[in-house]
Amino acid sequence: MKTRVYVTLKNGVLDPQGKAIHHALEGLGFSGVNDVRAGKLIELDLAEGVSDEDVEAMCRKLLANTVIENFRIERPESQGAAA
Amino acid sequence: MKSAVIVFPGSNCDRDMIVGLETVTGQRPIPIWHRETTLPDGLDVIAVPGGFSYGDYLRSGAMAANSPVMRAVKDAAERGVPVLGVCNGFQILTEAGLLPGALMRNAGIRFVCRDVALTVGEARSPFTAGYRAGEQVVFPVAHHDGNYQADAETLDRLEGEGRIAFRYAGECNGSARHIAGIVSERGNVLGMMPHPERAVEPAHGNQDGRRLFEGLLETVGA
Repeated sequence: MKTRVYVTLKNGVLDPQGKAIHHALEGLGFSGVNDVRAGKLIELDLAEGVSDEDVEAMCRKLLANTVIENFRIERPESQGAAA
Repeated sequence: MKSAVIVFPGSNCDRDMIVGLETVTGQRPIPIWHRETTLPDGLDVIAVPGGFSYGDYLRSGAMAANSPVMRAVKDAAERGVPVLGVCNGFQILTEAGLLPGALMRNAGIRFVCRDVALTVGEARSPFTAGYRAGEQVVFPVAHHDGNYQADAETLDRLEGEGRIAFRYAGECNGSARHIAGIVSERGNVLGMMPHPERAVEPAHGNQDGRRLFEGLLETVGA
């Protein structure tokens, strides 16, 4: 079962890659972009019975570095957990 | 002085560290492959070298921090064994939770590879014993993810407890409060982005890093 984990930098943490993308978009002539934040999407193919708590533990232990990053879990059949 | 240098797939400063330690201490360090679960007895220091362990996949140091050998490194650090993490080694030690904070992409995005001036901080550790607080030294840096960040409370605590080992004398990579290196609460773990092992021999053009190893040798007295 596909579960998606979105990892993003916490608010207030400078995102140099987002900044560079923003500049590049402006350089290409796209206007109206107020800000860009870059993150990661991690897709997990999980067996039946893997709980939301398990996925959250995966995020805390490895997928996200909670010192600087937030994560959001998107599971097809559940509301998901966020932190 | 009995030392070990941890080697991960993608480490590329392990030989520099081995040569640096041997040059100063006269004793050849033991290279330890990351799949080992135990370390040799009686180690006086463990070095986690620079490089691009696991190709920096996910985050710099994230994979290496979960390598089997890191359990043994953590246990040794808890027993008070001096642990030195340089560059990728610093990233690994923060990811492993041995040091607070995180190393993010350089604020200027570019890989920074040059000599930088550093101010020695107040930290008391076997690794800074050879320097005076406030003194200026020059070490090479070579990194893409050296931008040290932590929340304000952690930064205040590091400064309040005198745990800054080195600060960049000028702007380098966007690091909070110009932090280039910090020590653990007990002072036995040092993580730093600049490379002392690349400033040891006359041929390096600068020997400011040599005193880090000399101070260590004097402190552990072996």
